[in-house]
Amino acid sequence: MAKLLPRKDVVIMGLGWTGSILGQELTAAGLDVLAIERGPWRDTANDFNIGYMPDELRYAIRKDLFLKPADEAMTMRNNVSQTALPMRDYGSFLPGAGVGGAGVHWNGQCWRYDPSDFIAKSHLTQRYGARKIAELQLQDWGVTFDEIEHCYDRYEYLCGTSGKAGVIKGQVQQGGNPFEGSRSREYPNPPLKRPYCASLFEEAARNLGLHPFPTPAANLSRPYVNPLGVAMGECTYCGYCERFGCANYSKSTPQTTILPVLIRKRNFEVRTECEVMKINLHPDGKTAKSVTYLDEKGVECEQPGDLILLCGYGLMNVRMLFLSGIGKPYDPKTGQGTLGRNYCYQTGGGGATLYFDDKRFNPFMGAGALISSAHDFNGDNFDHAHLDFVGGASISSGQTNGRPISGRPTPPGTPRWGSQWKAATAATYGHVMSIGGSGSSYAIRGNYLDLDPTYTDRHGRPLLRITFDFPDNDIRMQNWVGAQVEKIARSLNPKILTTGKASKGWNAVPYQSTHNTGGAVMGADPKTSVVNRYLQSWDVSNLFVLGASAFPQNAAVNPTGTVCALAYWAAEAIRDRYIKSPGALVPA
Amino acid sequence: MTQSGDGGADKSEGLKLCRRRFLASVAVLAIPGAPALARSYSGIKPPFFPFGADPPRPINPAGWYFLKPNEVAMVEAIVDRFIPADHLSPGGKDAGCAVFIDRQLAGSYGASSRLYMKGPFMPGLATQGYQGELTPAGRYRLGLARLSDYIRAHYAGKEFAALSHAQQDDVLAGLESGKIELKLVPGFSARAFFELMLQNTMEGFFADPLYGGNRGMVAWKMIGFPGARYDYRDYVEKHNQPYPHGPVSIYGEHG
Repeated sequence: MAKLLPRKDVVIMGLGWTGSILGQELTAAGLDVLAIERGPWRDTANDFNIGYMPDELRYAIRKDLFLKPADEAMTMRNNVSQTALPMRDYGSFLPGAGVGGAGVHWNGQCWRYDPSDFIAKSHLTQRYGARKIAELQLQDWGVTFDEIEHCYDRYEYLCGTSGKAGVIKGQVQQGGNPFEGSRSREYPNPPLKRPYCASLFEEAARNLGLHPFPTPAANLSRPYVNPLGVAMGECTYCGYCERFGCANYSKSTPQTTILPVLIRKRNFEVRTECEVMKINLHPDGKTAKSVTYLDEKGVECEQPGDLILLCGYGLMNVRMLFLSGIGKPYDPKTGQGTLGRNYCYQTGGGGATLYFDDKRFNPFMGAGALISSAHDFNGDNFDHAHLDFVGGASISSGQTNGRPISGRPTPPGTPRWGSQWKAATAATYGHVMSIGGSGSSYAIRGNYLDLDPTYTDRHGRPLLRITFDFPDNDIRMQNWVGAQVEKIARSLNPKILTTGKASKGWNAVPYQSTHNTGGAVMGADPKTSVVNRYLQSWDVSNLFVLGASAFPQNAAVNPTGTVCALAYWAAEAIRDRYIKSPGALVPA
Repeated sequence: MTQSGDGGADKSEGLKLCRRRFLASVAVLAIPGAPALARSYSGIKPPFFPFGADPPRPINPAGWYFLKPNEVAMVEAIVDRFIPADHLSPGGKDAGCAVFIDRQLAGSYGASSRLYMKGPFMPGLATQGYQGELTPAGRYRLGLARLSDYIRAHYAGKEFAALSHAQQDDVLAGLESGKIELKLVPGFSARAFFELMLQNTMEGFFADPLYGGNRGMVAWKMIGFPGARYDYRDYVEKHNQPYPHGPVSIYGEHG
């Protein structure tokens, strides 16, 4: 028998970005909030200590802060004809663990999606006709850019995001991204300092008629006190950002922006090292009653709550819904069902690597978002009428780190060991820059999530199964953008230039991006979405599902800004409407 | 921590300083009248706790923890061919790469303790990653034994370490290209064994010296990587100019 605990107004599963934002907003509204977190407590002083954080082996290679596959693994295959096998180590993507979640070790590339991304299906249909997107399973989000613009703004001011606005109240601004949706005001902090590679990229892109700008960075360009009164420091460009906790209080994370306030509140509690087993429903099946979890000693506890918020990493949210029997599983044969539908990722490949004799980049001076980008070929910012694809990519160059275990390029044809390798490594390190493209990932019928029939976790519950390959549309898009990248790279006259191609066969081993989206998508139609436009479950009205699992398809840039804007959007709906009148916010 | 690299302060002193700073922050929270922490359940780790930091312990360079004497000889010879001594740096052995590998195999990495290791173990596709049952420690034990068998059979009963450098390079190139097959287990090829050894050797060579390799920060000096330095604000915008300072390590070596 599970130990029955006293009820709470709100029970949050997972204390990362979305759990922290919802915790802050709902405690401010006077609710009694409990967060249940599987991993350990983490704070800057203890866990991201400047004395030993610059340790590539421990954090970047042995992945000390990430979710251990021993705690939760997933299986993968490229299509239904294959047998999914467990990713025994995470490689292609690296989910977070513990308080702060993936918000601890992200790069801090703090983007908004474009207005057309939120209405991808209707926008592309209107502009190019339905046939153009027939091979894809595109959906509108059910919410528009303009509706959540103020939520993006709140997140950027929470983070102290460093950047340059491109469009303010409809007016194009010099030096920003002219393709962005109109914003209400400038970023809270100016852009970061510009490294050599980004300045070369910007110059080359501008010469080709493109519009480069500094990538919005949740790495702080100057000291800052956010609207919650939390002080942050200036980024020192240490080069230990992504995969690491920030020891300088200068990368925006739950720890550096919200938790110092939230943890002191009497109406907030977090229980760490407690793993939720499932969400329990009332007999009517339409409302959630409680969650069952195992505490740090393995004791089974039942925690009742009036409002249940699923705030884990997107993939884990989807699995929790499956394990709790909430939602109708998606069937890729028929295209019917919603849970697990429209799983998408991020399209890579098509980048260029430039080797110089006469240029010195000092790659170890880096930050997670020390990058310049151009969005001329992003989303629908260019005419696709005569192209054989939809979507696009953000082209960029920057330097995040020069950590040598993983980053020490040598010219093509160099042996991988021995004297020649040594000579080439010593001569080449620091003389290489790259230009890359991060591409959109659009849904197709065959890419989806469900439970694995064979493999189970340490508690005997089925693992999540990912069935995914890069859609042909996205491959064509990425290689077309790759050709534009090559033009920019060539104009810089490198001594050696190498280029890559996007290709089929998603590989779980090499790191690509932790930008997994979909599976519990939002929308206006309960037949094709798991949650409504406020991230409220269509089936269980006191359950909200946060995170990138809500994205019907993925845009080209990093998802965290949109994940957190949607968290503020959901928090507003709960605070202003749901609390006053609990029940479905949108009639099914 | 001795970030500046010019004080030469003792590392343990640096850690004490961190703890003092940390205790001060706790003291602020303990002031009567300050808001109490929200947690109220017993058995929950408090969010801030003294002496909670978990700094890495530098390895003890003496002795061997996993490798047996004949394995040590092989691994030392192999890391010395991967990273031969020349004017750019000492060889892999003198840089500590064999010690690094030994300590890694004796610890969490060698035991796959953080990985998903539940069966069934089935042959997978290349896109699905390593699917074998053997941990890195198990792969080294088996791989080194079979490699030793192969060399004795093909080089008149000699051990790897007794071969000429040219012969050693031939063997390693044969493993790398797949020309040499060893009697291993399904899912673990001779090529995969080569990749594992090369990866671990490079990890040791380029990691912080506290793990046993990169002794004297020789790898960082070779390429011009400043190591554990943490503040480049004054240099980011000095484009196309060399960075003027040598590396520092986590435990305060500087060069």
